[in-house]
Parts: sequence; structure tokens; C-alpha cells
Amino acid sequence: MIEFKDLHKAFGTKQVLEGLSLKIRDSETMVIIGYSGTGKSVALKHIVGLLPPDAGDVIVDGQAVSTLDRDELTRLRQGIGYVFQFAALFDSMTVAENLELGLRRRGLSHEEIEERVREALALVDLSGTGEQMPAELSGGMRKRVGIARAIALRPRYILYDEPTTGLDPVTSAVIDRLMVRTREHLGVTGVVVTHDMRSAYTVGDRIAMLYEGRVRQVGSVEEIQRTEDPVVRQFIEGRAE
Amino acid sequence: MIEAIGRRSVSAIESVGRFGHFLVDMVRGLRDVGTWARLVIVQMRRIGVDSLPVALFIAAFTGVVLALQASYTFTGAVPLYFVGTLVGKTMMLELGPVLTGLALAGRVGASMAAELGTMRVTEQVDALETLAYDPQSYLVLPRVLAATLMFPVIVAFAIAMGIVTGWLTSLALLDLSTPDFIKGLKLFYVFKDIWFGLLKSASFGFTIALVGCKVGLSTRGGAEGVGRSTTRAVVYSAILILVLDAFWAVILL
Repeated sequence: MIEFKDLHKAFGTKQVLEGLSLKIRDSETMVIIGYSGTGKSVALKHIVGLLPPDAGDVIVDGQAVSTLDRDELTRLRQGIGYVFQFAALFDSMTVAENLELGLRRRGLSHEEIEERVREALALVDLSGTGEQMPAELSGGMRKRVGIARAIALRPRYILYDEPTTGLDPVTSAVIDRLMVRTREHLGVTGVVVTHDMRSAYTVGDRIAMLYEGRVRQVGSVEEIQRTEDPVVRQFIEGRAE
Repeated sequence: MIEAIGRRSVSAIESVGRFGHFLVDMVRGLRDVGTWARLVIVQMRRIGVDSLPVALFIAAFTGVVLALQASYTFTGAVPLYFVGTLVGKTMMLELGPVLTGLALAGRVGASMAAELGTMRVTEQVDALETLAYDPQSYLVLPRVLAATLMFPVIVAFAIAMGIVTGWLTSLALLDLSTPDFIKGLKLFYVFKDIWFGLLKSASFGFTIALVGCKVGLSTRGGAEGVGRSTTRAVVYSAILILVLDAFWAVILL
């Protein structure tokens, strides 16, 4: 289980998170929605210790992330897959090498690494692209490789940072289907940060809206769709006023 | 005014603190031999092969100029074979290491700052961390170790090139014979001339790579930030090379 406990984070004078508290249950997909700049990605980065909190903490499987030493943090990260907003593929490596890098770190045999790379690329419908460089791929393909890189690790948790941002509707739907398929295949707990409501309704078990640095409302997809909170309603309907 | 000075002082102390932290993290990263050992070889090849042509080009012309300037300065008052002495000593002690260091601050330091800066702003460094790699072991240590080991090798070649072109210039333009040039070269030679120059170049390599990596990994703000980091890496490295040059002269000469 992942739990945000009264998390505070500021960058300079800008307070981004102001007491974020949220529990993500095992095997569910939690979607975090909210306006741009409300700290959704910042919250995600705290889960893997990429950012230190100013106050509060994130608890993953009973461990307070900010208190972990280097070795403990490495072990924690080995159980978490992270899909970055712009894929963050290593541009000096081929697609296959991008996937192999994390697997090598886990000390797997050469044969097992090859098998996992093949399997992960097949799962994202990119079999045969292993020798291509990231620069040769479209935006959607890069995102799928990013997902494959996370899946190949067979993690317990997958964190998706705006997986459909900047993609056309069809490619977005492909990515959504992929996230659902990943959960069904691997049974992983997912945290998806997005402001794409169609995607949120498709992949989420529960949705939490982040507003002014804390959770404004959290509930099932149906509860969020029926909400009477004016802030949440305005956001999910995409109204200017 | 006092407030501004205070702010700047605090910021400077913070920068020193951050740099100290960076160094400690780098030393801690040494434990992860499995990660950095393989990558050191890759970086050594990159730094060595890519830098050698630039270093040799600079050294070749430095040798020519040194020989001609020596003969111009001696104006018959000093025996001409001292051209060999001056070319040898100057290339080994000063111009070989320093000119190569300054050139490679632009070549190697800028390239490291740009590469790591781009990786930082495109979240590749974050991705590396989420894959359970330590950026110090994976990115910094291989570059710093490779530069520290390869700079003396490059400088050794540069020194040799400078002496050879100085000798060829003496033969072709100064009417100095090979035995006389060699006589001058050997005249005040001590082994310290060599190891002093090579030790200095190892310290330049260490500094250039360390600054390039630190500045690169601290990059913020997209393409403009990468540009700023690249410039900063070259300027800081060049300044530090000159400071180190003076430091080693004071300590060892």
C-alpha cells in the first residue's frame, strides 16, 4: 500500500503540496487529477524518493520513503515501475537496451533478460522494434516503450506520469487499453497522474482530485462523475467558468 | 546593500556545501564497482580517441612557435642548442599540460555538461534512479575516473608531439643539428619534469570531468539551461586549471 501522509513540498516561495494525504490500496488503480501545476507529478516523485518532502512523508509498504538510506531506497525502487511524461528513454541506447538496463540491475541471467524484453515489447505491441533508436519512434511509440520498460521489471507498483498527454485520441485510447491490460496481466497497483478525464474514467478504480496542494475529493469513478463539488465538477466537465 | 552581500555569502556557502555533498556521494558511489567499472572503459575510449587529435594539433603548433621564439630570444647571446632545452622543459612542465587542459575543458567538459544536462532536463537521470541506479556510479564516476586516467596519456602524446615539431622546426628553419637539439633537450632534464606534468594533467582531467558532471547534473530549465551549463562548465574548468597550475607550481617546484 502507498500512503501520502500530510505531505508538504515547496519550491522556493511557491508552495506546491500543502498537506496531501491519500491512501492507495493494493491492486487498485488510483488516478490523480488536477489542474496543471497543482503538484500531481511532484507527489508521484515523492513515492520513489526522487524529491525529499519538506514535511510529512510517503509510506510504501510500511516504509517511510524519506527515512530510507541509499540501499533501502534502491530496494524500494526495484519494486516500482515509473512511466515518465515524455517517456525519458535513454537516447543513446536502442529500445531493447532501454528495457535491459533495469533488468541487468536486478541480476537476471542473459536469457531471462532477453525473454522479458521480448515479452514486454509484445505486450505493448512493439515486437520487432528492439534494435531501433528512440529518436526513430513516434511520440506514442516512445510512451509505449516507456510502459514496456516499467512492465519488464514486473514491479508491484507502476506510476504513470501523464501517460496520454500530447497524444492524439486514438493513440491515447491505445495507451489506456495498455494500462488496463497491464493491470489485468500483472495485477499491479497503479497510480496514474493525468488531466485527461476520458483516460481517468477508463483506467481508474478510484479518482482523487488534487486542488491547492491537497486532496479535494476522492472516490470511485461513479462517485466523481456524480459529484456536486463545484471545483471538481468544473474540472471534470472542462468548463472555463 | 548589506542584505545583498549577506544573501550572496549564504548562496556561496550553500554552493560549497552542495559541492561537498556531491563529492561525498561520488566517493560513496565507488562501492558499486559492478556499475562503474565497465563504463570507465567506454569513457576512456571516448575521451582518449575524441581528444587526441585536438591535443596533438595544438601541441604541434606550440612546438613550432616555441622553437622559433626561443631562437628569436637568444639572439646569438645564448648557444642555439638551448632551443632544445626550452622546448623540452616548457612542453613538459607547462604548455603540454595547460594548453591541452584548456582545450579539453572546452572539448570534454562542455560535452559532459551538455550530455548530463540534457539527460537531467529530459528526466533521463530520474529514470536512471527509478531503475535503481545511482547516477554517481553510473554517470559521474566513470567520467571522472576515465578523465583522470586518460588526461596524462593524452598530455604525454602532446608533449612528444610538441618536442618533435620543435625539433623539426629547429632542423628546417634554425640551422640546428639533431645532436645539438638533443644535447639541449637533455641538458637540464630531470625525471621530475615528466611526472610533474603528468600529475598536473591528471588533476586537470579530474577537475574538468568533476565540474562538467556537477554542472550538467545541476541543469534546470530546458535547452536554455543546457546552454548555460555548458558555458559555465568551460569557464569554471578553465579558471580551476589556472588555479591548479599555480597550486602545483607552489607545492612541487
